[in-house]
Amino acid sequence: MSGMATIDVVVSDVVTVNSLIKRFHFIRADGQPLPAFSGGAHIIIEMQDGDTLRRTPYSLMSSPLDTSDYQVSIRRDEEGRGGSLYMHNQVKNGMQMRIGRPANLFSLDKRAPKHLLLAGGIGITPFLAQIHQLVETNGSFELHYSARNEALCAYGAELAQRIGNRLHLYFDDQSQRIDFDTLLRTQPVGTHIYVCGPAPMIDHVLTRCEAMGWPDAHVHFEHFAKAPPGESFTIELKASNKRVVVGENQSILEAIEAAGVDAPYLCRGGACGQCETTVLECDGKLLHEDHWLEEDEKADGKKIMPCVSRFRGQRLVLDR
Amino acid sequence: MSESDDSAILSRPRYGTLSPANAQYHLFVADDSGGEVIASLANRAPAGFFDNAEIIYVDTQTDVNNNTLQKVNALGCPRLYIGPTINAALPRLKASLNKIRMGTQVYVCGSESLLGLATMTAMEAGLDHQALQTEHRGSCARRMQCVHCKGITGNVNTQPATCEHCGLLLLVRDHYSRRVAAFQGVNINAEDPSDVPVKEEVYV
Repeated sequence: MSGMATIDVVVSDVVTVNSLIKRFHFIRADGQPLPAFSGGAHIIIEMQDGDTLRRTPYSLMSSPLDTSDYQVSIRRDEEGRGGSLYMHNQVKNGMQMRIGRPANLFSLDKRAPKHLLLAGGIGITPFLAQIHQLVETNGSFELHYSARNEALCAYGAELAQRIGNRLHLYFDDQSQRIDFDTLLRTQPVGTHIYVCGPAPMIDHVLTRCEAMGWPDAHVHFEHFAKAPPGESFTIELKASNKRVVVGENQSILEAIEAAGVDAPYLCRGGACGQCETTVLECDGKLLHEDHWLEEDEKADGKKIMPCVSRFRGQRLVLDR
Repeated sequence: MSESDDSAILSRPRYGTLSPANAQYHLFVADDSGGEVIASLANRAPAGFFDNAEIIYVDTQTDVNNNTLQKVNALGCPRLYIGPTINAALPRLKASLNKIRMGTQVYVCGSESLLGLATMTAMEAGLDHQALQTEHRGSCARRMQCVHCKGITGNVNTQPATCEHCGLLLLVRDHYSRRVAAFQGVNINAEDPSDVPVKEEVYV
């Protein structure tokens, strides 16, 4: 497969963090250190779930200074496509699995005199790794972390120990909200902002940053779109000369891979641009779900991101 | 390297046209020749624009009737600093850059040396290039760094030019350093110091 070389790993620990979140530890099957990574990086975890091969991106939360293991924290998502349920229900200590090499689409800008980190819920995970890095390099930062309640605020207590008054916690059940406008208005020149959390939170921060004159280059976000389920449809792959049925709970990319066709990918969440594919013929409507293509490109209908986007109509021919 | 090769040099700064940006605060740096630009930008700015603005004005005494300064004064900007040279104004600019917050737009207009120094100072403070606009007016005199002794000579009008630190005769290149806000000067007669090309006034 062309996405990346995979690494054989063993699950070395599974820890229940709270009622929704479990933490998974991976070590290399051959006992060697894992590849180096930087805070904000993610890995793809391969899951052989019956006949279905899932490949899902998760942010690394462990310290980039320690590559003896990788750790990810996964929130149980009852409405998702099943990746998190598989991890929660099937993955046990000692299990052999395969992961991709780390890739970072959410790295710290090391030139920044200050980093403003905004986390919502499970969106805390990339920041945990970044904070290891920032503490080690004496970086200036603040973390504003919002969770439903104290019990669901994963790693809140540990962070309070580690970073003291650089941590600001907000609990929905106590009607505490991050005051984004005040934060955005009061940052020293050169500050970079990083946001990871639910889509509405990211959208709100991006909108306010733009309205308040923040340069794009100082605004970073990470949101892995989920490939949404939808009606089944058939696509034609011109280069491979194949017709492929995309199932209701399958992405175009997964269907292409299941048909034995090598297709590029990196994040599998509509963020990195790696899987961008040319649309040769389209009689119907492309249902774009990614954060990669510009609005005019989406309207043009000449490109599609097969990791998350779908199609409704008569005929779709891809250059793959 | 010949002069004509220099025209393709990517580091040669290019300047734009100032326009009112969507920002929380607006910080202007201008000299007498650039002051006109602020006055004309004011015509296109929304009401109350200069309430959240600051102007650092370098009065180079080239505008004998102070017409431009009067126009800038008339904008009613609550924070107007007037200094004699850009070098004298730089500490004030640094202090302002320390105080301003993200969401500020910086506008620089005036001579090439002023553009270079103000841009360098703003970048050192961590300002993003997207938050900075420049427009060139007035003198093209260059700040030049001697690549041999590293000394910087200001107000270079001629080609070639003499380094005021080590005395070498230098070809003033379009190769520009944003880090030191200066064009690079390279010894023009290293092989035969008795060959002294005539200085021509080209950067006016």
